Amino acid sequence: MTATLAPSGSSVALDWRRALLWGGICALSLVSVSLIGLPVGMNKRILIEPVLSLGYLFLLWIPLVFGYVATTVVVLEGVEARKSGVADLLAGLTAGLMGGIGLTLLMVGLDTVNIRKPLVNWSPQLFRLLTFERGLEFGIPVWLGICAGLGLVGAVLHQLPAVARRVMSWVLFGVMAVAILEAVIDDLAEGFHLEWLTDALYYKKGGTEGLTVTSAVVLALVLAALPVVTGGRVKAAVDHYRDAPSEDRRRTSLVLFGAIAVACVGLPMILGGIVNELLANVGLFLLLALGLNIVVGLAGLLDLGYVAFFAVGGYTTSVLTSSNSPFFAPEWHFGIALLFVVVMAAVAGLLIGAPVIRMRGDYLAIVTLGFGEIVRLLFLSDWLKPYFGGSQGITKVNPVDIGPFKVQGSDPRSVFYLVLFFCALAIYVSWRLQGSRLGRAWMATREDEQVAEAMGINTVNAKLMAFVVGATMAAFSGAVLAAKVGSVFPKSFEILVSIIILVVVIVGGMGNIAGVMVGSLVLIGILGGPRQPGLLQEFQSYKLLIYGALLVFMMLKRPEGLVPSARRSRELHQDEYLQDAWLGDEAETEGDQGAPS
Amino acid sequence: MSLLEIRGLQVTFGGLDALSSLDFHVNDGEIVSVIGPNGAGKTTFFNAISGMVPPTEGEILFDGESVLGLDPNQITEMGIARTFQNVRLFPNMTVVENLMVSQHCRTSQLFVGALFQTKAFKKEEREIRERAEEILAFFGTRLTGYRLDQPAFALSYANRRRLEIARAMATQPRLLLLDEPVAGMNPMETAELTGLIGRLRDEWGFTIVFIEHDMKVVRDVSDRVVVLDHGVPIAEGSYESVSTDPDVIEAYLGRPLESRKDRR
Ligand SMILES: Nc1ncnc2c1ncn2[C@@H]1O[C@H](COP(=O)(O)OP(=O)(O)O)[C@@H](O)[C@H]1O
Ligand SMILES: [Mg+2]
Repeated sequence: MTATLAPSGSSVALDWRRALLWGGICALSLVSVSLIGLPVGMNKRILIEPVLSLGYLFLLWIPLVFGYVATTVVVLEGVEARKSGVADLLAGLTAGLMGGIGLTLLMVGLDTVNIRKPLVNWSPQLFRLLTFERGLEFGIPVWLGICAGLGLVGAVLHQLPAVARRVMSWVLFGVMAVAILEAVIDDLAEGFHLEWLTDALYYKKGGTEGLTVTSAVVLALVLAALPVVTGGRVKAAVDHYRDAPSEDRRRTSLVLFGAIAVACVGLPMILGGIVNELLANVGLFLLLALGLNIVVGLAGLLDLGYVAFFAVGGYTTSVLTSSNSPFFAPEWHFGIALLFVVVMAAVAGLLIGAPVIRMRGDYLAIVTLGFGEIVRLLFLSDWLKPYFGGSQGITKVNPVDIGPFKVQGSDPRSVFYLVLFFCALAIYVSWRLQGSRLGRAWMATREDEQVAEAMGINTVNAKLMAFVVGATMAAFSGAVLAAKVGSVFPKSFEILVSIIILVVVIVGGMGNIAGVMVGSLVLIGILGGPRQPGLLQEFQSYKLLIYGALLVFMMLKRPEGLVPSARRSRELHQDEYLQDAWLGDEAETEGDQGAPS
Repeated sequence: MSLLEIRGLQVTFGGLDALSSLDFHVNDGEIVSVIGPNGAGKTTFFNAISGMVPPTEGEILFDGESVLGLDPNQITEMGIARTFQNVRLFPNMTVVENLMVSQHCRTSQLFVGALFQTKAFKKEEREIRERAEEILAFFGTRLTGYRLDQPAFALSYANRRRLEIARAMATQPRLLLLDEPVAGMNPMETAELTGLIGRLRDEWGFTIVFIEHDMKVVRDVSDRVVVLDHGVPIAEGSYESVSTDPDVIEAYLGRPLESRKDRR
């Protein structure tokens, strides 16, 4: 692999077709994002007062990214990378400019025709937003300039040294994160009595108003300086940790784990209601995702009816602890109800698992999808209305009494602690099972069911156990939900729940506990659950769109998830991994031949 | 007494007999090779014994007990293990995990042990890992050391074939069914593995039935050779007697043209 071909076309001619193609896609993206309504819908959320709102951000990143993509040099193995030059800058500029032309056409269209009937967002608001309320003469040149400029910047990014690129993206994401997480940071600062900091940082005229221009600039400078100040000490520490003997690594891990535990227990004390509410929702979905991770990630059973177990947990708890349960209302304590939740979850797991257990892949997915819906419809049905209250559900679920504490929805902190308890339990269980006889049997079943059987594994039992363990975790989550909301309705158990949990597991990193945790924190915390608002409440109506887009993006670009397990990233990047392994092997075989065998 | 006794075995796929009226036996401690042209039904024969395809007729007795109607995992538990002609490892599990999971039916820990990390659990984990390492050490240094924690898919072809055998050994069988264990290996690797097959019986006490195309391997290790053609056993005996049998030569080389016409 030493021979490299001469760089093809070292004359660095501009690849017009490619630039125009990406430019076209850029224009289409800008127009469709506008017509979906994202800019107008998010315009109220100011990130940097008064220059940047979340709405504009949704437009601005597009030409930048396409400028970058249009000029990415494809490096083939064994071929020397083509040097990027002036032609690339021109290509980036073109791609961006095409985006600007797209927006221009849109603005002219908005001005001249009215097709609001089919296109709800073909609106005067959009026109005003795009023209900055100053008419076409202002809007068109400005957007052409902005888009071309950003495209150019995207292209320039390739020419910068890698360090500069990293610092820039760090600064950009940092500033945006601080702006978007305003509510959380505000809340945290209040807890630590650091209001002066947030007062300086944010514009603050009632509600979330974004950073001020000065604070954004200062923040950017600070963030940019940070890598210089730390001087790679963080990276050195990480490397040191990685290379440390396992004994030391264990100790560091323990310290880290302790710190996280302390933070989990301590932070809610100083956090306010809104953030605690968010965290409680994150916990509820984390619990669900951990269960699904065992079923899908470990045992490889694509269960799309997972919400059924969530419903079983919720309804069991409600019937047993509510004073208003229509048929049978013993008003037991939550703890006693939990025992029944476990039993009912196991029964449901076996009932749904047994008939589908012999099915594979797609068939299993479709049948479980049906089962999930059947369970919801049963709870909704007139037939079972005398027992479960039909669409009215069961209300007046008693708060959970734990000594001096009461866990109820009006006190999100208490709910968070309850969820935290169950999550900790579920994490421990997942972790221990993964490295046990059962966990290995699950993995073998996922890899090749027939062979697993031939190697002495009772795959039917293994799969049923995966179903039951997953079902139990989901049912616990349902139990907490019932206590939190104080009621259950069939509406809370739609298919969408199954799907969102699956997205959380996939985006986070299938088969990996840490990944699932990050996935729920990011997705549920920021975007929100199926019926629970996230940090960015403005996303409410675009939530599914963003979930979908994220899923597609992750499948294409990073199928191993945000936090991949070592195993899974090896699996998905087999070819790269194999190349190394085989090369190593070849070398070894050569060595073998030399030695007497 | 024979360890495996098969009488009148018939396997039919959609009206086509892949195996018919097959009688077969293996004595304890014997190494028997099954040969025959491609499509003769050798793999199907293994599939029937290991419970992966149901026979249409016949009897399969292992150590005097019928295995008909049992699930593959139950048959494995009784003491029959097999390898696959087209290597079928658990590709994303590590080498050592492949062997640990294959001891599933010899172990018993479930939830309680794993969750409370009981003494019994830890002891069992240690034991199966030690056994896994012991088995891998049988193949020299190729599957030990850092290889233990490599995913199976990252192994070279020959190592995958070795791991197939190791995995079957890990189920702690009495009877090993090896389906073309040296297929695709180079002469050096073949010679090495031929030696290992003999040692599998002498040192580990396995009774072995193996399917093989390489006549040198067959000659070197088998006590007895059975020849299948079109699902029917056409010859049986020592390598010498079988290799000179006119029916066998015919099966492999085809009939002279005239006699083929005669048959029609
Ligand atoms: N699952 C199956 N379904 C249908 N036909 C099969 C199946 N398995 C094997 N066969 C057929 O049975 C015959 C014997 O195949 P096999 O046992 O694989 O031969 P060998 O291993 O001796 O090369 C072939 O004709 C093959 O096509
Ligand atoms: Mg075969």
